Amino acid sequence: MSAIGLKLFPLRSRHVLPGFRLSLGFTLFYLAGIVLVPLLALLIRPVELGFGGFADAISTPRVLASLRLSFGTALAAAVIDSGFGLIIAWVLVRYRFPGKGLLDAVIDLPFALPTAVAGIALSTLYAPNGWVGSLLAEYGIRVAYTPWGVLVAMVFIALPFTVRTVQPVMAELGLEVEEAAATLGATRIQTIARVVIPMLGPAVLTGMAMAFARAAGEYGSIIFIAGNIPAVSEIAPLLIVTKLEQYDYAGASAIGVVMLAASFVMLLALNGLQSWAAKRR
Amino acid sequence: MTNFSNGRSGSRRRSFLKPTEDPLWLKLLLGAVTIGFIAILLLLPLALVFKEALAGGLGGFWKSITEPDALASVRLSLIAAAIAVPLNTVFGIAAAWAIAKYDFRGKTFLVTLIDLPFSVSPVVAGLIYVLVFGMQGWLGPTLADHDIHILFALPGIVLVTVFVTFPFVARELIPLMVDQGRDEEEAAATLGATGFQTFLRVTLPNIKWGLLYGILLCNARALGEFGAVSVVSGHIRGVTNTMPLHVQLLYDNYDYAGAFTVAALLAMLALVTLALKSLLEWRYADELAAAHRH
Repeated sequence: MSAIGLKLFPLRSRHVLPGFRLSLGFTLFYLAGIVLVPLLALLIRPVELGFGGFADAISTPRVLASLRLSFGTALAAAVIDSGFGLIIAWVLVRYRFPGKGLLDAVIDLPFALPTAVAGIALSTLYAPNGWVGSLLAEYGIRVAYTPWGVLVAMVFIALPFTVRTVQPVMAELGLEVEEAAATLGATRIQTIARVVIPMLGPAVLTGMAMAFARAAGEYGSIIFIAGNIPAVSEIAPLLIVTKLEQYDYAGASAIGVVMLAASFVMLLALNGLQSWAAKRR
Repeated sequence: MTNFSNGRSGSRRRSFLKPTEDPLWLKLLLGAVTIGFIAILLLLPLALVFKEALAGGLGGFWKSITEPDALASVRLSLIAAAIAVPLNTVFGIAAAWAIAKYDFRGKTFLVTLIDLPFSVSPVVAGLIYVLVFGMQGWLGPTLADHDIHILFALPGIVLVTVFVTFPFVARELIPLMVDQGRDEEEAAATLGATGFQTFLRVTLPNIKWGLLYGILLCNARALGEFGAVSVVSGHIRGVTNTMPLHVQLLYDNYDYAGAFTVAALLAMLALVTLALKSLLEWRYADELAAAHRH
């Protein structure tokens, strides 16, 4: 028996520290029990239902509209946050001013603030009689209870991802490269556009991908401000909840599988981005 | 002559600006954009929460907080967090120990899998547990036969909370412990320390601030989780409503003062979390994972 055991674990003798099997065993067991097996329950659902029924459940106009809204708006929010994230990171890394530490800490507010709190606050703020909503109403702009409300909530929730991925990379960029560019006769704008931005490229894309993934799956901060009009401002996660409340497990699972597939694609993309960034270093 | 002196004063003025420094107008512009964006997008909602919560004065605030259903929601949230956070802390330490201290195949894949719950929508997190434990799910009928309640009860709420906060401690400790290497632990082992002694006396002192950082974020998310808990809770007022769910219930019933009062409690928790997090980043920068050294 022990001879077989040794054959199966040839690496074991090389570990100086004890606890390899205990720690890795517990890690795999817990990971499987909490994450992998439950996810499998969703992933094999299309097989259980038959692919025909699965396709039917996805291709109703209401479901398609909700998927388009969730992913389309998440992309827009990720692009907006990437732009502002670059500016905010630049200001936090390069400039010195009083209150900078406080400003830096506030960036993480959407991480720390429970989404339901953000949801009711944004909804009240952008409602036609709210602080911001009443100002916008004068120009005939309605945000709350329209797809624009979804965008505002997504921009709120995803901002820290774009700032926090770009900021450390920007801080590590040496000034030497920019000085070299300037010495070689580049204008400031050329230096920024041709030297700084390309070096930040992988970080910006990583932040954008993380922001997109978070915004597409977001629920709590959106449902209060969106108004949830079917096929207009109803996001995909909300439609999952609605279908579950109607005991339409097949319909809910079908949307869930699409969202999960999108998560996997984003995870793969992020891993690809990371190895790309590592190669460039 | 005029041209010459103009050129000279021009070049002198330019020489004051380092090539890596932005001109003043650009600094002011970008600074204004940053402060304006943060103020409108982040600070305004926060201010509104406290303003609405205190709209009825401190007396109204106190009355809304001490309302039995509100207190029940606070209790439930605290219980869920008190179970989920220690579980994920033990897991985080075990996972980081395995990944940082040994060589084995598939390590990168394992780290990706540990991060997986972060990229899954909270609603999907709730959904997968409904598919496992629901009446139309794998275990639902069996559990019902034995009168065991997972969904629409505390176990379900705890399970989804564990799922959504799964990676927090692990992803904090893994880069930190990989960075620190295994020399110190191997030295301790060579000198005759047991595994447990090594962990307690050598590893733990090295990772304690990183561990605390992870626990802090894990706890904040556990108390504040909404989407996933919403799917499995059943929304029974005073029984299976956590604080965020109670906020929704009050808000949907047009009890704005009550909703914003509970929301203000959660917002204060968020502010305390941010303050402690910034303190850790500032005070113990060298002892946190590289990503947090600002």
